[in-house]
Amino acid sequence: MIEQSDAQLVTALRAGDEEAYRLLVREWHAPLLRVAQIFVPSRAIAEEVIQDTWLRVLGALDRFEGRSSLKTWVFRILVNTAKTRAQREGRTLPFSALEEPGGVPEAAVDASRFLPADHERRPGHWQTAPRDLPEERLLAGETREVVRRAIDALPPSQRAVISLRDVEGWSGEEVRNALDLSEVNQRVLLHRARAKVRAALEDYLTAPAGAESA
Amino acid sequence: MSTVTETTELSCQEFVELVTAYLDGGLTERERSRFEGHLGACGHCAEYLEQIRQTIRVTGTLRAEDLSPEAEAELLEAFRGWRSAP
Repeated sequence: MIEQSDAQLVTALRAGDEEAYRLLVREWHAPLLRVAQIFVPSRAIAEEVIQDTWLRVLGALDRFEGRSSLKTWVFRILVNTAKTRAQREGRTLPFSALEEPGGVPEAAVDASRFLPADHERRPGHWQTAPRDLPEERLLAGETREVVRRAIDALPPSQRAVISLRDVEGWSGEEVRNALDLSEVNQRVLLHRARAKVRAALEDYLTAPAGAESA
Repeated sequence: MSTVTETTELSCQEFVELVTAYLDGGLTERERSRFEGHLGACGHCAEYLEQIRQTIRVTGTLRAEDLSPEAEAELLEAFRGWRSAP
């Protein structure tokens, strides 16, 4: 909705249309928060970064040329604001977390669940295969709470990417543009995040209710 | 099964690392046919892929955090200040 009418929206904001601004600020709040939290240590500071970001956006609105989408532009301003704030807080910036997620290899599934590489017949095949997840429990409140906690426990950059992609429904390209990520790095962060959330879901939903199955 | 066949096919351990690229349409033609070939032959990996899809589905039902009324009021205040600035 917003992407399709960037020009109209910008015109409305420049004209001082408070309702247009209110809708935008609401719609982007959660993703702004997730992204700010990549850089700054607390929720409270992230909220301040968002406030500063909107002030900067308003102040620079006349210079917005529409070469990128409004969304990309706002999120780039957020990232810069958050980085500056993080420096002021004396925080070591997790540049590596965003730019080189490949630094430390992380397996999507623990290696112990596969047959060893030197297995004579089926190296790298499942040893402990994934079991059916009970569909009827999938969307239960408790299951969703498990998923929420798993996402909260992720490193901030993975948490931001999975939130934008899978909670907010952004495309990979939107995430890459907003966070200035390469295609590979966006995918690595999403891949690791989904793999960990899947593992949490599997652990929770296949936990033996009494008897242990081998 | 001959060892030659084993080494040219994807292993399950390799398969699980390609799932995100597959779902995003990011595999090359050749990678995709290897991936789908393995998928068709391996029920365990089919189950893994299904679990990733289920994970995405559950994640999609989470509600994003709302803007608090206080924070919204502050943002609107800033907007009015900006609007009335000369």
